Amino acid sequence: MTRTPRDGAIKTLPKAPTGIQGLDEITEGGIPRGRPTLVCGGAGCGKTLLAMEFIVRGAAAYNEPGVFMAFEETAPELAQNVRSLGFDLDKLIKQKKVAVDFVHIERSEIDETGDYDLEGLFVRLGHAIDTVGAKRVVLDTLEALFSGLTNTTILRAELRRLFRWLKDKGVTAIITGERGEGQLTRHGLEEYVSDCVILLDNRVYDQVATRRLRIVKYRGTTHGTNEYPFLIDETGIIVLPITSLGLQHKVSNERISSGVSGLDEMLGGGGYFRGSSVMITGTAGVGKTSISAHFAKAACERGEKCLYFAFEESPGQIVRNMRSIGLNLEPWVKKGKLRFHSIRATLHGLETHLTTFHKLVREFQPDVVVFDPIDSLVQAGTRKDATAMLTRLLDFMKVQHITVLLTNLVHGGETLENSGVEISSLVDTWILLRDIELNGERNRGIYILKSRGMAHSNQIREFLLSDRGIHLQDVYLGPEGVLTGTARRSLEAREHSAAVLRQQELEAQERDRRRKREALEARILVMQKEFESEEEEALRRISQGQAREATLQLDRDKMAYWRKAAKKQGGKK
Amino acid sequence: MKTKPRFETQKFIDTPPREETWALRLYIAGQTPKSITAFANLKKICETHLPGRYKIEVIDLLKQPQLAAGDQIVALPTLVRKLPEPLRRIVGDLSNTEKTLVGLQLRPAKSEP
Repeated sequence: MTRTPRDGAIKTLPKAPTGIQGLDEITEGGIPRGRPTLVCGGAGCGKTLLAMEFIVRGAAAYNEPGVFMAFEETAPELAQNVRSLGFDLDKLIKQKKVAVDFVHIERSEIDETGDYDLEGLFVRLGHAIDTVGAKRVVLDTLEALFSGLTNTTILRAELRRLFRWLKDKGVTAIITGERGEGQLTRHGLEEYVSDCVILLDNRVYDQVATRRLRIVKYRGTTHGTNEYPFLIDETGIIVLPITSLGLQHKVSNERISSGVSGLDEMLGGGGYFRGSSVMITGTAGVGKTSISAHFAKAACERGEKCLYFAFEESPGQIVRNMRSIGLNLEPWVKKGKLRFHSIRATLHGLETHLTTFHKLVREFQPDVVVFDPIDSLVQAGTRKDATAMLTRLLDFMKVQHITVLLTNLVHGGETLENSGVEISSLVDTWILLRDIELNGERNRGIYILKSRGMAHSNQIREFLLSDRGIHLQDVYLGPEGVLTGTARRSLEAREHSAAVLRQQELEAQERDRRRKREALEARILVMQKEFESEEEEALRRISQGQAREATLQLDRDKMAYWRKAAKKQGGKK
Repeated sequence: MKTKPRFETQKFIDTPPREETWALRLYIAGQTPKSITAFANLKKICETHLPGRYKIEVIDLLKQPQLAAGDQIVALPTLVRKLPEPLRRIVGDLSNTEKTLVGLQLRPAKSEP
């Protein structure tokens, strides 16, 4: 575990970067500058290589010339050994950036009489340092002195003097030592080197060998204290810190399509977040690879690059199989947008796998990476190791801002939510594919178990693999729950006919209503007409009455007139 | 020739031919007490055992450090017998004459147990 330096920490020890991938991360900058560091370990664990890489990278990358004092291998042998790792030692020697001095001590050729010291070694080392202006020194392995010379009292005194002398010279030194019984080195070199001790180890577990590195002590500085797996590949040593990266990666709000439109909808409409990790879990044959292939194709169509790690199928097989669901990946492979890397998980250990991933990712610079399926990696190590390895892998991808899609096969009988490699808490989006057995048929269901940071659907949808790719069927939601396959179809048909019936009924009601209204309106019209005629009649009678009344009045007036007149007329007449 | 008495059985063992000159090289680093003692001891042994047919070359590595690698010098002082072959190296101040003689193969090693 790497601790971050506390704020206001005292200025730390000056460090010399080794240039070895990962080691500088664990040591937070390198090994102590101007001091000796002890690298110990058993035979064949990579001590010499680590030391040599320190010298070569120092000379090539940090402009710090170095001296390699070899007690076991000659200069040509060393040059040959490191050439296979891409270092041109001869060239560096010619450029006077590196000096290699082979010290040969053979007990049978040496007799000891009387007092002596190791001034010869000092002279040689001093001369070599002065020749190239060395800042770095490697002594590989000093313990050869113990087999060449018998007087250990002198040797120990001289070694103490040597380390003092190295410190006075101000060179950063690596001293290698063979692992001893009960102590770090066979001759107790750790007694003299008190600043930094690195232990290398090569362990075999379950027929898989894993190299590990541990910093036993590092005086005056914080450092990673775990055992870190490391690898030796064609570029040298790569140490893989498990959690050195911390959780400080930048996050993106950008969404990228999953390649399946229905799935994007389920994921809140946009798809996955860029740089997130997606796990697809499901039993055999539910379509994990198909979803992965859709994702890969969608990335290529966006103009991004996709790296596809297949642990169970060859690239050709995947391309052929995907063609059957209408997905043609071949053009993208040809364009160099899609690269397959098929490898059997059991071919080598997890660490080698991890390095292969790292290397390919660095080389290819993909935007999305697919691992199909990850559970086979468990076969290459233990479950715990696989989990640790995947943690590191996901961390690495996150930092690189790569979207990762992992598929995970769950075997029958296991619960789906059991991810097998226990990384469910690490992934951001977890999609479950499941078989739904109903009415004598098996159908595929998909649902999102979790998806951090987005409002995702909580529904199970049916997904269909057709010759035009994956199609997510809208959920059938009804009184009978979610139905799939023919059950869904028959129910949908029933639903459909019921709906038609309902529609017809509605239409009939509507027609009825309209008819009624029409009838009512007609009746209103008739009544109105009747009323109008009655009204007319009434009005006529009223006016007739009034006329009669007027006539009567007139008559009465006349009569009255007449009566008076008669009186008058009678009198007058 | 002044030699120490020899045992009969050792007569034929490893006695260098009389005519051969011994080429000896003594590596030192400065005029340290050890260097001086070594040189004095060597001189005495040569005078005693190889009068007139030895050549001592003293190499001071402080002056010629580049020569140290050639003869694979680690410890100092180191005496290297260049001739006669095979090459022999003796480290130390040669204060143990017996061991020096054995190392130079002027005297066989004591019979092994």
